[in-house]
Amino acid sequence: MRVTTTVNGTERTADDVWPGESLLYLLRERLGLPGAKNACEQGECGSCTVYLDGEPVCACLVAAGQAIGREVTTVEGLAEGEALHPVQEAFVEAGAVQCGFCTPGLVVAAADLLARVPEPSDPEIREALAGNLCRCTGYEKILDAVRLAARRQATR
Amino acid sequence: MDFLQPSSWDEALASRAERPDALPIAGGTDVMVELNFDRRRPGALLDLSRVDELRAWSVEDGAVRLGAGVPYARVITELADRLPGLAMAARTVGSPQIRVRGTVGGNLGSASPAGDAHPPLLAAGAEVEVASAARGTRRIPVAEFFTGVKRNALEPDELIAAVHVRTARGPQQFCKVGTRNAMVISVSAFALALHPDRQAVGTGIGSAAPTPRRAPEAEEFLAGELDWAGRAALPESLARAFGERVAAAASPIDDVRGTAAYRRHSLAVLARRAATWAWDDLRRAA
Repeated sequence: MRVTTTVNGTERTADDVWPGESLLYLLRERLGLPGAKNACEQGECGSCTVYLDGEPVCACLVAAGQAIGREVTTVEGLAEGEALHPVQEAFVEAGAVQCGFCTPGLVVAAADLLARVPEPSDPEIREALAGNLCRCTGYEKILDAVRLAARRQATR
Repeated sequence: MDFLQPSSWDEALASRAERPDALPIAGGTDVMVELNFDRRRPGALLDLSRVDELRAWSVEDGAVRLGAGVPYARVITELADRLPGLAMAARTVGSPQIRVRGTVGGNLGSASPAGDAHPPLLAAGAEVEVASAARGTRRIPVAEFFTGVKRNALEPDELIAAVHVRTARGPQQFCKVGTRNAMVISVSAFALALHPDRQAVGTGIGSAAPTPRRAPEAEEFLAGELDWAGRAALPESLARAFGERVAAAASPIDDVRGTAAYRRHSLAVLARRAATWAWDDLRRAA
């Protein structure tokens, strides 16, 4: 099966895609985009969070064929050139990265939250990130990073 | 494996008839897990995500016709006023990433005893609209839709088109027990709907029997005892007696998520609270 989809603004095509394979496999193994991480493969951990037509989804739960003709944005597509996305910057500054495995999914989920809710309350942040697990349990620093990104976004 | 991508409802029904070996996929939150873990290898996937008809809802004869492909996120933002019980249940599904993909139609297709949409649909007396290319549409009361663990009343050539849910005439509640607030498959769940227009009570039990089910005796008992005309406060003894009848309607088992005894106990608590909250809401609205 041939899959053509727009990834980070560029049209990409992959051939011989197995119809049962996930968007996550397509991105990582066929399109060379390893940012979204493969962990639970059942939508529990959020490590594979990407945008599909502007909505944050678990790429492991989207069939590759369901992305045909759609727009996908991965964590690799958040920065503009050398300039990190404000959420990425805040994660670095706040020390919200330990082993880093959950970071790409959390960055996409947090970026989506701040795009919808520019000044989120703590319960709103917790709710928005409820589907992203950090096995290093670095949640406090992650919350700090989201608050920092929100503050900075408000003053820009 | 083939990937079938109908772009209209008629095309989807034709594909379903031609390929009984095809597994329908909507939001993928159940189907992809089965594929990722090698639990299922269907001959084809029948992708319903491009069938626009499934992604719409409308109001017909005092009921919402909810297209099978409307995701939980939209039930929350667009239908919380008309279908409060279903919207409450939708808020407890998975995480934001799951709620933008998962659909009520998919929940019915999977027919898990733990499906969060099922208890409020039972309490509201919903009907499932299914269709086939050969025989057209038919409507199945949701209480008759679940036929066994992860089994439903669909024929091999049928697809779920929509679910018809009467617009709420009174307060509705949904409660769920799990190990945390998010990303939880319920240990037990309970939905309640008060129907003051016909002085009736609706119930739905989740995760405590081979299928989601109502508690008919508990419904009749509470409807008969409530002070519909005077709206006097609900005595705690009555709420407890209702909870016990709900628990008695369950047939829970011990499994990895909880014991049968805990499921029965928690259901009695959930039902007591739900009845108290809903009745208080009704009294406040008066």
